[in-house]
Amino acid sequence: MSQVVAFLTRRRGGRGWHWTDIFMWAWLVGGLVLMFGPALWLVLSSFKTPAQLAEFPPTLLPYATEQVAVAGYDKPLNLFTAQLPDGTTRVMAEVRRVGTVSQLVDPKAPGEIFKVNIADRQPVREIRFATENYTQPFEHFDFLQYLKNSVFVTVVATLITLLTNSMAAFALSKYEFRGRNLVLLLIVGTLMVPLSVLLVPLYSVISAVGLFDSLWGVILPTVATPTGVFLLRQYMLTIPDELIDAARMDNASEWQIYWRIVLPLAAPALAVLAIFSVVWRWNDFLWPLVVLSRKELYTLQVGLNTYAGELNVQWHFILAMTVVTMIPVVLVFIFLQRYITAGIAGTGLK
Amino acid sequence: MTVQTTIGQKIGAAIAAPISWLAAIVDAPLKLWQRATGTNGMAAFFLAPNMLIFGIFVLAPFIINFLYSTTSGNAFFLPDRNFVGADQYRRLLECGSYLDPSSCREDLFWKAVHNTGLFVVLQVALLVVVSMITALILNREIVGRSFWRAVFFFPVLLSPVVVGLIWRWILQRQGLLNSMLYQFGYQPTEWLTDRFWAFAAGVTVSVWAHMGFFTLILLAGLQAIPRDLYEAAEMDGTRPGRVFWRITLPLLMPNLLVVIILALIRAVQIFDEVYVLTGGGPGTSTLFLTQYIYEVGFASLLRNPGLAAAASILMGAVLVVLTLVQLQVGRRNEKKGARE
Repeated sequence: MSQVVAFLTRRRGGRGWHWTDIFMWAWLVGGLVLMFGPALWLVLSSFKTPAQLAEFPPTLLPYATEQVAVAGYDKPLNLFTAQLPDGTTRVMAEVRRVGTVSQLVDPKAPGEIFKVNIADRQPVREIRFATENYTQPFEHFDFLQYLKNSVFVTVVATLITLLTNSMAAFALSKYEFRGRNLVLLLIVGTLMVPLSVLLVPLYSVISAVGLFDSLWGVILPTVATPTGVFLLRQYMLTIPDELIDAARMDNASEWQIYWRIVLPLAAPALAVLAIFSVVWRWNDFLWPLVVLSRKELYTLQVGLNTYAGELNVQWHFILAMTVVTMIPVVLVFIFLQRYITAGIAGTGLK
Repeated sequence: MTVQTTIGQKIGAAIAAPISWLAAIVDAPLKLWQRATGTNGMAAFFLAPNMLIFGIFVLAPFIINFLYSTTSGNAFFLPDRNFVGADQYRRLLECGSYLDPSSCREDLFWKAVHNTGLFVVLQVALLVVVSMITALILNREIVGRSFWRAVFFFPVLLSPVVVGLIWRWILQRQGLLNSMLYQFGYQPTEWLTDRFWAFAAGVTVSVWAHMGFFTLILLAGLQAIPRDLYEAAEMDGTRPGRVFWRITLPLLMPNLLVVIILALIRAVQIFDEVYVLTGGGPGTSTLFLTQYIYEVGFASLLRNPGLAAAASILMGAVLVVLTLVQLQVGRRNEKKGARE
């Protein structure tokens, strides 16, 4: 045992423990709990029935009262551990409840009915995942439609972003023309005017071109991302010009050079931009909120906010749908997190 | 690096495959265009889609915003609106005392300004301190550093709506936090319907959601500090506190400034996660500028797009100043880097 402790507490270079080491591990473990805990609590809660969600204090895992089919009764009955009038404690099925009195029967011999005060009985509970929280919103609400809309917006916007940004980046990195610096300045300048500043005029532009209340109205204003153009241009600058000159000698058209040479070579940067774009567009909230008014066009984020804003919040559905909304981003986190962190550390973009 | 290339190429290929036939079809007319305009004409072609979208959806709104802010009425179509000059700005700025929102004509605007100001100061300060501590810890020789780095980065990817809902669920009256307090024998608190606590929750939740991003930038800066400086300090027997103030902090200053300004720019625009968390309430205690613009522009019954545009321009002016400072800092860093 002491060897295990010695192994766990050994320090590089044989130095002893310093208060900063304790602080460090407390910070890290505290961070682990704080960063993942809330999301984990969301997932656990999303599998609870409405009755369980209303419990205070809540249980960690989703439980449900165990039920049993008893001969002579149509519906399955809830099981309780009850203290009977004769002093014995048995597992009984509840037939009905009248006021503070519960009428119980023995599931195996359901002939005799025992009357017990409800304070003297405890429900028998088992872990049960209320998967209906997940299936019902898809069947009875518009969540399937919201999901489709979100997927459509994310995929189409990302494809257009990749195409238009890479074309612009190609022009800005491989051609000498008048006004190139002006264009670059314009693009960098956009970083200063975020969407929240342009909300009102952008809405009028969208209305004027007939894109109000359409998914294209959500997609188009977001695709000319300055960060995307900038990121791709910086990457394309590292592609040697000789490669392009050689292709021109071989009579390749400029489009072929872009499509066959530059684009494949810029694949790593494109991949980073694609990951970013997917996360951005999936998470977009304010702009879709402004531009979409028909419910069947809502994206998941807007739909979720609408349901959560209702007077009578149906938390069991909201929680489950929040988990669904989280899934793509969690997948990105698990599999692609390295590329994002490398991208941020390298360029400071988000 | 090689792994990154292969995965990148795979994604690239997957995206390129279904549209590659399109590229072949596009090629023929483009060759004609190229023959007519020369190689540089092709630059215009490549720039066109992006700049067209940029022009319509960024540049045009940018200019229209100024026109909007000088008109009144609730029509969105610009020619239907009345020119009123600087009236909207006058209305926003008409105030008995700028320190007291209730003495202003647009009391909600000034309430939002006050809230945003307080939020910016508290959130940025907390954000920088927390990110700094985390970055310093992640910069030490710890087992599984990339794992721990990922841990703090996780919330950054979550959507603001998800962040808002997760915390609303935890902070509500019968939520996890209150039940934990209850089990330790404390009274439950109304976290989201108490003015003070709702504001504090907004600050804390937004720090929770964004600290991973700033930690990454600071960590990149810390890792760029040459190791031999620390070794020299260790040989001289310098105390750790002194090492931090005399070596780490001065050398990290450029990154720290970038982080502070970036955090400021984002904090000024705070909206989504707090909006989902508290809806601006209770009352107006968590009403921020972006929500004010959104509500005056679109949501309220007495909508006034001109007023919203004027408010957004005032907010934009603050952001432009902050961005210019950032660019200046960035340029100074580059120059310094070139000298070294």
